[in-house]
Amino acid sequence: MEKFTKLNTSAVPLPIENIDTDQIIPARFLKATDRKGFGDNAFRDWRFDKDGSLKPDFPLNDTKFSGPILVAGNNFGCGSSREHAAWALTGYGFKAVVSSFFADIFKGNALNNGLLPVQVSPAFLKAIFSEIENDPKTDIEIDLDSQVITILSTGKQESFDINPYKKTCLQNGYDDIDYLVNLKDTIETFEVSKNN
Amino acid sequence: MGKTLFDKVWDSHVVHTIENGPQVLYIDKHLIHEVTSPQAFSELEERGIPIFRPDQIVATADHNVPTQDQHLPIQDLLSRNQVKTLTENCNKHGITLFGLGHQYQGIVHVMAPELGITQPGMTMVCGDSHTSTHGAFGTIAFGIGTSQVAQVFASQCLLLPKPKSMRITVNGKLKKGVHPKDVILYIIAKLGTDAGTGYFAEYAGDVFRDMSMEGRMTVCNMSIEMGARGGMIAPDETTFEYVRGRTFAPKGEDFEKKVAYWKTLPSDEDAAFDEEYHFDAEDIAPMLTYGTNPGMGIKVFDSIPQEEGASFEKSLQYMGFQKGEKLIGKPINYVFIGSCTNSRIEDFRTAANYIKGKQKAPNVNALIVPGSQQVARQIVVEGLDKVFMEAGFELRQPGCSACLAMNDDKIPAGEYCISTSNRNFEGRQGQGARTILASPLMAAATAVEGKIVDITEQF
Repeated sequence: MEKFTKLNTSAVPLPIENIDTDQIIPARFLKATDRKGFGDNAFRDWRFDKDGSLKPDFPLNDTKFSGPILVAGNNFGCGSSREHAAWALTGYGFKAVVSSFFADIFKGNALNNGLLPVQVSPAFLKAIFSEIENDPKTDIEIDLDSQVITILSTGKQESFDINPYKKTCLQNGYDDIDYLVNLKDTIETFEVSKNN
Repeated sequence: MGKTLFDKVWDSHVVHTIENGPQVLYIDKHLIHEVTSPQAFSELEERGIPIFRPDQIVATADHNVPTQDQHLPIQDLLSRNQVKTLTENCNKHGITLFGLGHQYQGIVHVMAPELGITQPGMTMVCGDSHTSTHGAFGTIAFGIGTSQVAQVFASQCLLLPKPKSMRITVNGKLKKGVHPKDVILYIIAKLGTDAGTGYFAEYAGDVFRDMSMEGRMTVCNMSIEMGARGGMIAPDETTFEYVRGRTFAPKGEDFEKKVAYWKTLPSDEDAAFDEEYHFDAEDIAPMLTYGTNPGMGIKVFDSIPQEEGASFEKSLQYMGFQKGEKLIGKPINYVFIGSCTNSRIEDFRTAANYIKGKQKAPNVNALIVPGSQQVARQIVVEGLDKVFMEAGFELRQPGCSACLAMNDDKIPAGEYCISTSNRNFEGRQGQGARTILASPLMAAATAVEGKIVDITEQF
């Protein structure tokens, strides 16, 4: 997994609530046996018409918006456990998603792929949306070390939570498998005691 | 202070606790299928890590399989490759596989309970969010992503912070025509799709106590639709009788020993929950969804609410519905009875009982997809296949089918489908398809009438 470094960039707004993982990556694209290529089909049915032409009014297709930060409405990533949703977003080029609420499984999948879910208050989310509406090039800074997100044009800031263990993993590019494999003896001892 | 059912099962599976971090939770059973496992197998292979406990893994092919001509090679090359990859991975690592053509093949959440693989007090995971189904047995069961599938392959453990606890109590007696599906759609409509996020739910009260195991599975299955990772029901005599004698359940003295342990699992009387909700069984009616998430549900005779907001309006626009209108009388051309929510034998008995002696409406395409080969055989044993066929329904072979439309079972764009599945997201049943979630009874009635009817008027 790649290390997460500080972001200071413009963002893409997606002010829709309850975006489910079926929208992020529709089921018909889940037939691959590797992790590559999902970015091409991220938000497939919102980005493209049935004939394959781009829908110009969808924010990801709107050239005035750019950047590796996705800012989305409340309850982002609900529904299916498909990690393909996280692969689609990282494959598309996103490094962080900002929302006022994330679904559990998506949040875990994102963290396991170096994609940072930044949960902010509903008021702060609204402030980001309105700043981007005023100026699509508004820069947002996401600092994992200090756990602070800043709208640079206004200086408005908010701190965000992240589990300290997960923070260390992101900062160093570690994943849970490394940790668990090293715990093998403890796990074997647990199995023996559980079976007795 | 006493412990909850969830606490008891969770605490007995904690291998280690990281200071200021997650806990290491031991997983008893790991279910896998063709869609979310291949990348986990290859990750371990690339890193040179062996599968730690292959005998605690059970695999089946369900998401991507055709529901016709299963004896022939799969036509779709990508699907065929994915199913083949699962078979190769299972053979290579000595993992039990109930693949296509096997007598036990079926939707993973139908197959494991009916074989007695699912047992009270266990921890179970699968790379599928509807793993919450198994909570019906008093099991901690939840969906995981593919990175976590790889973690369980490598260590039979997961790193997780302990979720908060929630209890949803429904007391009283359900009205006629109200099915377990209506109970859970009602709860989600009341609480919303994110109320359960960060929680594990326990369903308690008369309604769940009186429910069959299959009904309990329908309820727990949709826990994830209110955001909860899982939902549980305390094991009782109904649970023990269901598990007793099943293929992989403990036998004889071992079984009795297990039952003695399972009896200690229900929440203590003085156990405290982080959140509590109470509902009256009498207030629940047959339910329908009108929008594009499972929380957008109403009683069959109610009107679509007058809500404001861009997301609400986007949803209604997709569905082609207006605020304030009723769904009764809307013509429907597609009906799907199947999915891990409602594809067990009781669901088909309910449907067949209504359909018997009637005909489907000429405008309707009605698809019946059993949850497993065992359910498919039982349908024939009970003669339900004749009822369906005489009424003009199409009976298919087991799989996830039109619930997520990964195979050819898709609903055309713009068409409405009354579906017994669990998700009405945009495009879930095919690009542009419009899903209305309902119980098997409502689905059967719609197929016969060709339009949405108020089933409560028929009692």
